[in-house]
Amino acid sequence: MDIFIQQIINGLVLGSIYALVALGYTMVYGILGLINFAHGEVVMIGALMALTTIKALAGSGLPGPVIVLIGLLVAMPVCMAIGFTIERVAYRPLRYAPRLAPLITAIGVSIVLQQMAMLFWGRNYHTFPPLLPSTPRAVFGAQITDLQIMIVVLAALVMGGLMLLVNTTRLGRAMRATAENPQIAGLMGVNINQIISITFVIGSALGALAGVMVSANYSIAHYHMGFILGLKAFTAAVLGGIGNLAGAMVGGVLLGLIESLGAGYIGDLTGGFLGSHYQDVFAFFVLILVLVFRPSGIMGEKVSERA
Amino acid sequence: MPGSGKDKRLAWVGAVLIAIALAVLPLVVGKGIGNSWVRVIDFALLYIMLALGLNIVVGFAGLLDLGYIAFYAVGAYLYALLSSPHLAAAFPDLLPAGVHWPVWAVLPLGALVAGIFGVLLGAPTLRLRGDYLAIVTLGFGEIIRIFLNNLNAPVNLTNGPQGITQIDPIRIGGVALDQTQTVFGLSLHPVYLYYYLFLACTLLVIFVTVRLEDSRIGRAWVAIREDEIAAKACGINTRNVKLLAFAMGATFGGVAGGLFAGFQEFVSPESFGLLESIMVLCMVVLGGMGHIPGVILGGLLLAVLPEVLRHGAAPWQQALFGKVILDPESLRMLLFGLALILVMLYRPAGLWPSQIRKREFAAAKAEAEGEEGP
Amino acid sequence: MDLRMNGLTAAVIASLALIACAKKEEPKPVAAPQPGPAVAAPAPEITVVIGHSAPLTGPQAHLGKDNENGAQLAIDDANAKALTIGGAKVTFKLMGEDDQADPKQGTLVAQKLVDAKVSGVVGHLNSGTTIPASKLYSDAGLPQVSPSATNPKYTQQGFKTAFRVMANDVQQGRIIGEYATKQLAAKKIAIIDDRTAYGQGVADEVEKAVKANGGEIVTREFTNDKATDFAAILTKVKSKKPDLVFYGGMDAQAGPMALQMNRLGLKMPLLMADGGCTTEFHKLAANAADGHYCSLPGVPLEIMHGGEDFKNRFKTKFNTDIQLYAPYSYDAVGVIVDAMRRANSVEPAKYLPELAKTDGFQGVTAKIAFDEKGDIKDGAITLYQAKGGKWEAQATLGGSPVDAAAAAGAAALKEAGEAVKAAGEAAKAAGVAAKEAAREGVKEGAEAVKQAADAAQQAVEKK
Repeated sequence: MDIFIQQIINGLVLGSIYALVALGYTMVYGILGLINFAHGEVVMIGALMALTTIKALAGSGLPGPVIVLIGLLVAMPVCMAIGFTIERVAYRPLRYAPRLAPLITAIGVSIVLQQMAMLFWGRNYHTFPPLLPSTPRAVFGAQITDLQIMIVVLAALVMGGLMLLVNTTRLGRAMRATAENPQIAGLMGVNINQIISITFVIGSALGALAGVMVSANYSIAHYHMGFILGLKAFTAAVLGGIGNLAGAMVGGVLLGLIESLGAGYIGDLTGGFLGSHYQDVFAFFVLILVLVFRPSGIMGEKVSERA
Repeated sequence: MPGSGKDKRLAWVGAVLIAIALAVLPLVVGKGIGNSWVRVIDFALLYIMLALGLNIVVGFAGLLDLGYIAFYAVGAYLYALLSSPHLAAAFPDLLPAGVHWPVWAVLPLGALVAGIFGVLLGAPTLRLRGDYLAIVTLGFGEIIRIFLNNLNAPVNLTNGPQGITQIDPIRIGGVALDQTQTVFGLSLHPVYLYYYLFLACTLLVIFVTVRLEDSRIGRAWVAIREDEIAAKACGINTRNVKLLAFAMGATFGGVAGGLFAGFQEFVSPESFGLLESIMVLCMVVLGGMGHIPGVILGGLLLAVLPEVLRHGAAPWQQALFGKVILDPESLRMLLFGLALILVMLYRPAGLWPSQIRKREFAAAKAEAEGEEGP
Repeated sequence: MDLRMNGLTAAVIASLALIACAKKEEPKPVAAPQPGPAVAAPAPEITVVIGHSAPLTGPQAHLGKDNENGAQLAIDDANAKALTIGGAKVTFKLMGEDDQADPKQGTLVAQKLVDAKVSGVVGHLNSGTTIPASKLYSDAGLPQVSPSATNPKYTQQGFKTAFRVMANDVQQGRIIGEYATKQLAAKKIAIIDDRTAYGQGVADEVEKAVKANGGEIVTREFTNDKATDFAAILTKVKSKKPDLVFYGGMDAQAGPMALQMNRLGLKMPLLMADGGCTTEFHKLAANAADGHYCSLPGVPLEIMHGGEDFKNRFKTKFNTDIQLYAPYSYDAVGVIVDAMRRANSVEPAKYLPELAKTDGFQGVTAKIAFDEKGDIKDGAITLYQAKGGKWEAQATLGGSPVDAAAAAGAAALKEAGEAVKAAGEAAKAAGVAAKEAAREGVKEGAEAVKQAADAAQQAVEKK
């Protein structure tokens, strides 16, 4: 039984990490209808930037969590600047271009960011120093660290915060208007360029946060870490219904649980044939099943086809 | 469109000249700057086939497919299994020497099986649109790759991550293409021989796609791309036509995969990752979606550009700054990424879009700018 | 349509004209002096280019660059010796290429190296690129020495040009399995691999060896080479209560895995093959590194002749620690240069037979000898345990008596003369004596060293 609880906790933590990254994706998608393929790279730069700061401060004698916080505060503006630039350079000129054009620039941006990170931080893996409390504590016979609890709580808080922002503030109203119809929103006096920039900046700041949390939890950072993380988060976002903030959270946690329970149990159920090497297959299989029955994801709204 | 007699004659002269140019290309390139470039062109031809196949799905029918490389993998593995000693390991009693089918049997079978996989992918995704379709096809591609990577147990079918070695080279009429052959006193390196084979296949693929584009089915695809509901209202069986797009596209991928396996004489799952799918998609979009000459150009460019950069990255820096500042490998990828961005920024409809697309895009832009105001 | 055709025609005419021009210029490069190995050149100086290929971009770039650095250091060392081969003064040059760990790019690079008429190739890093490329090298008669491809198939294709200075999966897996069941006395073993050619290959061989030695595989789990989260599979492993976990894969996964094992309360040791045997492992696993085991083909660098010196020079030259296979690519260049010297020729066809006859080349990883297939003969494998942020050699298994004696001698040396320099030097002299004894085929070599060490210890005590 404690093994089962442990697997649920594993899935929850992993899922919250996916959700943290997925929120950044889904926010941009919700406003622009654009897959920001480079978001994973923003996460990576956030992690590495924070890491550089943290390493510089390691000997300063400050308490661990404070150092990590400073690292995060340095990484956030850097990522925000990058997000702002990406949107200005690679997406804005293509806002009315065929739908696949920004997808290709996004891939280009992703390659460029990755190579720049490689030039800047080198090819080697970096170790994230253990500054945050990571001694496990027992919960119902299962193990969980404070940091992992923090990640789960943080993902929920960020989701809640974003929902408040989008649904109750003036800025949020402008965002929703832009998402609904940019031209009309423009006519109503919304500065859509500004709104879209703000969306990207917020999304990138979240990316930095996600990057720091991921690196701190796994104690590792590398210039290539963004790709696979971005892919998983994107899957989570679509599973939950892309563009929907609660959906990103639901999709992320669901994906985490599928991976963890799938790897933990399906192998024994199928006599070892479908073992943990098919972990990603389970995830994609569930995704396909969900989309076949709910073509716009679990929480996605049914969108009528535009003529 | 019959032109005047003179125009017709000029067209014929052009065709003949193109044929001569294509025939002597490997000799000129190979003897002039090296066989490695002929090999680059060989791969470029494979990519052109892939891009043309994907163009049917993405360009004609407007269905975003991010798992296209799976069909390439299916074709490649089928060739590998049916033309190598590998199956002897799994079924020593049944097939003591493995299977060694000739290429003319394996390639069509590869095309057929890949086509079936295309339908398998298409069937559950008929209701999906846009990005949802993209992620499902992406998942499909990954599922195929993961199975190839893991089916070495319980029965060793694909040899898992180790890949299949000792695949037979392609033989045509008893001539093995992996040996240097002498024709009319001209010694032809294997990369030349494969070039002519790939060229023939590419021309066939081009012929088929051109004919398809102008056919009833081709028009149905375009109709679905432009407006699925309207197409349905006009009496097009959207389900069958969509499935056909997936199947046709997959067929080309299967053929290209078989050729790849015979050329490399080795296949392993790492050749069929998501990045390859993305690369082929880039070729289609960069060249000009739905426009066959554009797609060919895109395939050629993206296959050759990284190699040009590989050869140029260090010497150019040397010439410009007098020393190598950035290490050539990262500069190479950096420039590749920049090229993707710049081409899309300056030619959002692709390098060589069809006239219709160009017009549509110009109209959309004008409309948007008009609404937004200065 | 017609218009387009006319445009095309014009373009083709233009390109034909270009081709014609190109053709006219064709003889030029042939007539120009080739920078390659002009064999019978009367010129007293020639440049010999050695090709190198590894992924320099992508997720494995750190390993690829490490290999290239190792090869570069060997090239610099060879140049420092100012060798004369075939009557000409030879300058070596490295032509480093990026194959992105992609089989297709692997053959493109191979063709480029063949075209450039390099004299030998060191590479590739991955089995997936090494195997398809090996055919091109074989066709061109170009010797290829891989520093790190472990797939047994590489040397089983019947190519005379294919060599490696790394133990293959079978050689390494067998010894790891034996060590786990015998020395570490593990009865129930869980195996995890990363589903790469390397990880799966070595894990399969370990499984066979464990079973052959009477051990039980309680579960086989899998991850991938880009993963960071292993909680799910480790939790499952925990439920099977193994005595030992073997991981076939690289340090980038093994480090976090060790950390997560600690967090989830898995107290048993983790055993890894060469992929986890790096300094990075200690950093990545942080406080959870101690007590785990790894194996590395060859003999520990600290013990080998010039090993410590190699490590230091590498660090000074490239300003980074050795990642993993740099010593092997250093040796790969070494065996090629050595064969050239013995054959007194830099021409591939001439020195290839000498390369195949390599027997007892003193590298930094081992004394290298090739068997008839081109695999390293009697590859010694050393097992290490993590202690205080370092890998400490536990045992050197397999391999020739020379290696074993040297390793045993060195281990004894460490025990004996840890503190006092004078005693250490005395023991070193004894170690050399022991080596010579072993060379004559005497197994007691190790004993001799131990005795010498004892003598040294006594000397220390007397002082």
